[in-house]
Amino acid sequence: MPAVSKGDGMRGLAVFISDIRNCKSKEAEIKRINKELANIRSKFKGDKALDGYSKKKYVCKLLFIFLLGHDIDFGHMEAVNLLSSNRYTEKQIGYLFISVLVNSNSELIRLINNAIKNDLASRNPIFMGLALHCIANVGSREMAEAFAGEIPKILVAGDTMDSVKQSAALCLLRLYRTSPDLVPMGDWTSRVVHLLNDQHLGVVTAATSLITTLAQKNPEEFKTSVSLAVSRLSRIVTSASTDLQDYTYYFVPAPWLSVKLLRLLQCYPPPEDPAVRGRLTECLETILNKAQEPPKSKKVQHSNAKNAVLFEAISLIIHHDSEPNLLVRACNQLGQFLQHRETNLRYLALESMCTLASSEFSHEAVKTHIETVINALKTERDVSVRQRAVDLLYAMCDRSNAQQIVAEMLNYLETADYSIREEIVLKVAILAEKYAVDYTWYVDTILNLIRIAGDYVSEEVWYRVIQIVINRDDVQGYAAKTVFEALQAPACHENLVKVGGYILGEFGNLIAGDPRSSPLIQFNLLHSKFHLCSVPTRALLLSTYIKFVNLFPEIKTTIQDVLRSDSQLKNADVELQQRAVEYLRLSTIASTDILATVLEEMPPFPERESSILAKLKKKKGPSTVTDLEEIKKERSSDMNGSAEPTPVNASNVSTPSPSADLLGLGAVPLTNSAPAPSSSGSLLVDVFSDSSSVAAPLAPGSEDNFASSSDLASSEVVSEEPADAVHDADELIHKFICKNNGVLFENQLLQIGLKSEFRQNLGRMFIFYGNKTSTQFLNFTPTVICSDELQSSLNLQTKPVDPIVDGGAQVQQVVNIECISDFMDAPILNIQFRYGGTLQNLSVKLPITLNKFFQPTEMSSQDFFQRWKQLSSPKQEVQNIFKAKHPMDTEITKAKIIGFGSALLEEVDPNPANFVGAGIIHTKTIQIGCLLRLEPNLQAQCSVLFQMYRLTLRTSKEAVSQRLCELLSEQF
Amino acid sequence: MRGGAGPGRATGTGARGRDGRGGAMMRFMLLFSRQGKLRLQKWCVAAGERERRKMVRELMQVVLARKPKMCSFLEWRDLKVVYKRYASLYFCCAIEGPDNELLTLELIHRYVELLDKYFGSVCELDIIFNFEKAYFILDEFLMGGEIQDTSKKSVLKAIEQADLLQEEDESPRSVLEEMGLA
Repeated sequence: MPAVSKGDGMRGLAVFISDIRNCKSKEAEIKRINKELANIRSKFKGDKALDGYSKKKYVCKLLFIFLLGHDIDFGHMEAVNLLSSNRYTEKQIGYLFISVLVNSNSELIRLINNAIKNDLASRNPIFMGLALHCIANVGSREMAEAFAGEIPKILVAGDTMDSVKQSAALCLLRLYRTSPDLVPMGDWTSRVVHLLNDQHLGVVTAATSLITTLAQKNPEEFKTSVSLAVSRLSRIVTSASTDLQDYTYYFVPAPWLSVKLLRLLQCYPPPEDPAVRGRLTECLETILNKAQEPPKSKKVQHSNAKNAVLFEAISLIIHHDSEPNLLVRACNQLGQFLQHRETNLRYLALESMCTLASSEFSHEAVKTHIETVINALKTERDVSVRQRAVDLLYAMCDRSNAQQIVAEMLNYLETADYSIREEIVLKVAILAEKYAVDYTWYVDTILNLIRIAGDYVSEEVWYRVIQIVINRDDVQGYAAKTVFEALQAPACHENLVKVGGYILGEFGNLIAGDPRSSPLIQFNLLHSKFHLCSVPTRALLLSTYIKFVNLFPEIKTTIQDVLRSDSQLKNADVELQQRAVEYLRLSTIASTDILATVLEEMPPFPERESSILAKLKKKKGPSTVTDLEEIKKERSSDMNGSAEPTPVNASNVSTPSPSADLLGLGAVPLTNSAPAPSSSGSLLVDVFSDSSSVAAPLAPGSEDNFASSSDLASSEVVSEEPADAVHDADELIHKFICKNNGVLFENQLLQIGLKSEFRQNLGRMFIFYGNKTSTQFLNFTPTVICSDELQSSLNLQTKPVDPIVDGGAQVQQVVNIECISDFMDAPILNIQFRYGGTLQNLSVKLPITLNKFFQPTEMSSQDFFQRWKQLSSPKQEVQNIFKAKHPMDTEITKAKIIGFGSALLEEVDPNPANFVGAGIIHTKTIQIGCLLRLEPNLQAQCSVLFQMYRLTLRTSKEAVSQRLCELLSEQF
Repeated sequence: MRGGAGPGRATGTGARGRDGRGGAMMRFMLLFSRQGKLRLQKWCVAAGERERRKMVRELMQVVLARKPKMCSFLEWRDLKVVYKRYASLYFCCAIEGPDNELLTLELIHRYVELLDKYFGSVCELDIIFNFEKAYFILDEFLMGGEIQDTSKKSVLKAIEQADLLQEEDESPRSVLEEMGLA
């Protein structure tokens, strides 16, 4: 037992702890604990009332047992009793036990709250402190309900002691984080801001944390904190290292407070008042200057604290992104850290530079460090630092250095840690695609990727290379030649066999003229890999073989022999067997014309967001990976824009780069497009009505890729039949996004018309069912169906309609709508009726969409941009770049935006070609402010075949931004 | 480091939880030994008991596997972990993405200093046998995941004041009473 036992020694406790430590085994420990638990239980249950000291001791033992990882199911009441003790130590142990062990729904909470209330009212600062700590530690909603009103009063009362003020500020912050709705803003807020001027630095530190969090949600109310924070910061930064006495940490004046103030300033744009702004710039310059001064101490604590402030200052500089001089200085400073002997600093410098790389002002400066970063990739011993280096290379990559960076990443991949390989593969694939000027380079890179790290190449990556090869006819011959060569390697990765199989099946003919890659050689090469591959790859190869039959009639018999062999025709795997049987049959029966139609070259893929980028986003979380190009363009807009930095650029879409094409942002490359595969599919069904097999050419990346072929064929048949299928209702819904009345659905029997009106979160929809025939509909039952998820956000009430609808008649149904909260899906209208003896069943989606609950909001340009800035977190913004489906017409576009429900704000956007809107989505539970901006890309009209739009939505809720963006994108 | 800049967005840096740039806080703090014994745990956000145990186990494994010269920061789940080893004890804080790593390192150091001052050259045993004191000291210093007072003096003053109160409380108790013989 150690001699140390300061304050009160609870001897019994020390003995018990000692016993536990002496236990040789887990069993012995459990035995000892059970013995102790029994002892404590009997003491608590005993007749003799325990004195405070014993209670404290036993409660403390229970706490110790709990912290060892054992469950405790009694003692709570005794702990609560301790709270009302007048002895400090007993109270303290009671509170500790409650903080650690009592969960929020405990029945004891009322008793606990009572004790807390007494202590808060006690005016004893130490008791008040304990009570506040307990509230903050538990931090439950119940606590917030009980005390959120009281604490602000304690915080701003004139006679509250400093230490209590600190606790009150942080306690309130904790409650605000759990239950912001329960903390009422009020008179106290302005007084809290003035705590920034308090004499006591501890109070200022605690208050700054509180203000920062409050200001994020209520920037307007706390705006005055900016100038106060700047002057406070300025006083700290310019103080001599001893001025702040105990708040100086290893010769650094008040580092915690400085960092907090700098973080508070990151909630706001650069100060508008030139004097404040000047003072802040001075502070930031001073901080940067100090980094160059010799250290005042050799201790690591000194440099850590100093650099903590420096990094936070750099964060603020990046956040403001408005002072090129500071940005470049920041970059140079980080550049020095890149070579620092402290690993921690190298790590942070790499991380911080990533964000600098996206600023237009500093992008070039960051690029100058490329050699150092590459070197870090090669020499750093810690994988987490290397990871940062990869991130930074990715961030600084542009057209000028893409080849070098991709080469280095590939190099590194050979030895990279397994944990980060997949991510590097994705990054290489994205960069190669994005900055490919020369597609042969792209193909080489991806094949290298498969060669080096085939196991980590996900399907998205090899699907993508095939999509690109198919869409670019200038690279097809090269791709065929390259995969052919790569397949020569005795051991090549299965992913290479997949890519090779697919590409040779499509474009093998382009290299068949060379005797070294004649059809037979190609076939033999592929088939030599066949037996080593998994089932899906073999299935793909079988499809390649049937394509060869079409491409190279001269090797038809060889291929038929292979298909006919027992290992294929009688393969235990149904999928393989079926393919072999059907392909063999196809090759025997079909005429060359039919074969040529069925196995025609794949039509180009529709361009969309790169699936690889999507995967990387998924891997790293949606908020962390964004399109670098986009950011850079946005930045350039800031530079070109007016003094008021505009959030998103007007002209950024106007510089389409070839890279954008590849990522699906630009136009579809021109290819000799083949007829749609569906026609060949249905033709096939006609020809082979007995087997109803082999469907359209198999596309990589499509779900159906390896699905059984009969499924594919049957889906062709079904599509003729209206019954039992939800009509591709999104199409129908899109008609109603910007209008409320019209015909929703029509077939030979039935017409469904709609009329609706919406106000705030309520709406009413009239549905008209028209019988187009001369015969009665019987058992006519329309039902509105909401998914479970939808039910909680949308309240729909309908009345049943008359089950008989006479020929030529129309019936009406009313739907009352209440929007409770934001929602994604639309409800489904299912209609069943009997017509001439057959049951008809159809479903359509009802166009009740989130934007219907829009109320337009007019605002000035200044207001708009201020709000726009406030909604700048990546989660609040959703952006979509898409091709125009209709000719661009300003008046129609305006009408659509108004029809969508938002206000159309004129003369807000500096670029008159852009459209800007604002409104509030009303739901019963919350109101969500929405800003939108639509940028037509006018220049693109002449340079590319297709006209593009870029739509940006910013709302306070990610899901809402997402949904509104989806809905509106379909309209233009 | 942190903070998407201005109107732009974050670049492809690692797992940054970046909404709430301003109010980044500590999620939890752990003290554990080289042998993987948990000595202290402070949770600043609500989490279920099972989830906590799982996180503790997982994080201890990650940190204990790291080599001495490695960087003190690592990304773990959606959090950033800042850790430092003092003798046989690892002090480990999980913070939110935008929080300041270096200062968290110094927060750990300040806590160690306080323990050291209080116990007089603190060792693991002090923390085992006086675990409640270790919690009290941390509470004086940290609240709801935010630093309450950075002045060593004021924190120590608060703790000493409390001890003084305690001695007043305890003084009438005799040795015999203490041993349960009275």
